Amino acid sequence: MKKMNEIKVSVVPCSANPIIFDETKCIGCNTCARTCHCDVLLPSTKKGQHPIVAWPGECWYCGACVLQCPVEGAIHLEHPLMNRTKFVDAIPEPKDAE
Amino acid sequence: MSEIKWPYANEFGQEEHVEADVLVLGGGIAGCFAALSAARRGEKVVVVEKGATIRSGSAGTGFDHWESACTNPCSQVTSKEIAEAYVDEQDHLSNGIAHYICCEEGWDRLLDLEEIGGKIRDTEDEFKGADFRDDETKLMFAYDYKNKFSLRVWGKTFKPALLKELKRLGVKIYDYTEATALLTAEVEGKKRGVGAIGMDTHTGKIKIFHSKSTILTMSRPARIWLFNADLPGLCEFRPFNSIGSGHAMGYRAGMEFTMMEKSVRAEFSAAGSSFPPYSAGNNHNTWYACTMVDSRGVEIPYLDRDGNELKTVKERYMPVKGQKFFLKGGVIDEPKYEYRGPETVPFDELMKRGYKLPFYADMSRMPKMERDVIWGMMIGNEGKTAIPVLDYYNKRGFDPAKKAMQVYGTGWTSASFSDDERQLFGAPGGIMHDWDLKTNIDGIYAAGDQLFGSDCAGFAAATGYYAGRKASKYADEIELTPYDRKQVDDEIERLYAPMYVEEGYSWKELNWAIAKCMRNYCGAIKNEALLVQGLDLLNSYKKDIVPKLSCHNTHELVRTHEVLDILQVAEMILEACRMRKSSSKTLCFTRSDYPEMDPAEDHHFITIRQENGVPVRGDVELDYFGDLKTEYEKHNQDYINGGKK
Repeated sequence: MKKMNEIKVSVVPCSANPIIFDETKCIGCNTCARTCHCDVLLPSTKKGQHPIVAWPGECWYCGACVLQCPVEGAIHLEHPLMNRTKFVDAIPEPKDAE
Repeated sequence: MSEIKWPYANEFGQEEHVEADVLVLGGGIAGCFAALSAARRGEKVVVVEKGATIRSGSAGTGFDHWESACTNPCSQVTSKEIAEAYVDEQDHLSNGIAHYICCEEGWDRLLDLEEIGGKIRDTEDEFKGADFRDDETKLMFAYDYKNKFSLRVWGKTFKPALLKELKRLGVKIYDYTEATALLTAEVEGKKRGVGAIGMDTHTGKIKIFHSKSTILTMSRPARIWLFNADLPGLCEFRPFNSIGSGHAMGYRAGMEFTMMEKSVRAEFSAAGSSFPPYSAGNNHNTWYACTMVDSRGVEIPYLDRDGNELKTVKERYMPVKGQKFFLKGGVIDEPKYEYRGPETVPFDELMKRGYKLPFYADMSRMPKMERDVIWGMMIGNEGKTAIPVLDYYNKRGFDPAKKAMQVYGTGWTSASFSDDERQLFGAPGGIMHDWDLKTNIDGIYAAGDQLFGSDCAGFAAATGYYAGRKASKYADEIELTPYDRKQVDDEIERLYAPMYVEEGYSWKELNWAIAKCMRNYCGAIKNEALLVQGLDLLNSYKKDIVPKLSCHNTHELVRTHEVLDILQVAEMILEACRMRKSSSKTLCFTRSDYPEMDPAEDHHFITIRQENGVPVRGDVELDYFGDLKTEYEKHNQDYINGGKK
């Protein structure tokens, strides 16, 4: 009879770091893990600790984890460096404009 | 990377049986409204959602526009006018039924949302006196301020309110459960949907949903042409896990689709080819009608449809003299003259006139109310903007009164894709249906992005609710039909198979290969030889690679089945492309072996379904839905006469 693989998991790293927990603020309630619809977080099995970002590459940067988090500032969403839109000081209208 | 402890129970091999009158597959906006509608009719309703209903789906974190709510108290247009305009705009290769439902019932759904705690009016008078606001009703409008049929709404408040109401009504919600296959039975020689099979995405437990009627609201396919193995979550516009499983399971069950040959050059993603949606400067959709400047600070003029320069910001929101209304929105790209609204000078013309890149969206030059409604209200409520755009850029020091946001790419696309990198966007193909939003399989209905020619969140809400009441009526008329246990056993075997392969291919490697196959054989230019070679390559993946897919936990297993669904949909698309033996501007479809554009004999819907593993073509005439107003009224007397609740 065929044998099913044993369940095992490791963090699958990628070149970005989308979800950053502030350990001093996170209360370890796992609400974010129960909210993420891409399921990139694994709830921590240690009481009070923040979830593990097991699949950061699968984050689609919706911010639902931050929206539902009960503690302001406990989760920071960070775009990949290449995806940070550039903005500048508003440019004054030139005097000789057409 | 070191191993971490798997936090969920191992329930492979376990089963749970769930009975329902109405089963809803997908818990996005369409699915929630389908469930709301059925629950209000007293049905026993079950929702199956792969993520978590509270914020799942394309509009989970919000949306800002509610398009075509033609029956709102301020509207100056009729449902007939706008729905028919959409059909005409898309050369009749358009979903008239769903557009009419959206126009006629959208406002009722907004009232539903308001009743359950969603915000649809400027109750704090933040924008009192603004040109886009009706001060009596406190409703706020977008695009065409004269005709007032598209609303600005606080969509961020909607999903949590819907979930709360569904729970209050006793709807049973199965979050983190992936629906994988439809259960069907033969009744008096006709196929009938009798439920679905799902799998707990955390534990591997099999769930058998046995139902009288079923509604598919599982979005549209994605990751067909676009894939990035490093940041797969960013390779498409819609949620990473919305990849068309509903299409795949429907096709496997014999469901009929149309317009699957239509794809457009990719416009949205962020895995290197563009920026976080709605973050880059532009003047469309959420950012309409932002003031745009070039790098010297010279303002880029807005023109009316006749090329006359508009002098004021307000004029950007008004139809021109002699024009009843104009169309703007999610699926309106370059509208016909009749429906064309104000637009900035075309990109090529700007280059000729010496405008200098880069361009910027400069809200500092706009009236305060117009500025604040774009940055703070629309950006803040549109999906994926509250945290990733508004909060993020505010914290980085963006102030719309003092700063200007850069525009990328040519024109306003803020993206750089080749013609071969394609997406199902701009009212793409999907499930074929009748006036009940019923598929060709009895007892199975569809709504939202699973329908062909789908549009916005208002479209999802209105069609979801509508499908919910039609599916309820069907459920009231029949008994639960037994299902075939063999279908369940076969599906369990298919689902679990990669868990028995110790070492092998990953879902990422297969998805990447499919995407490359589709770019090479189903890109901008198609012909019979290319399409056949594409199918041949996909078949080789099915035969040689699929049995070697390997998984070691349910997360990988879910991703793997998503890619198997992508493979299924890619095959359907190639077959659908083979069926249309001419080119079509409307369908963004070019065949080098059949270059004639939109010949009269082919200007109709071609449908595709699978029978005994073979694709079967159907031909359906344009406007098969008849006169929209007449047919809608014929099919919805119960709703019109007091059945709105």
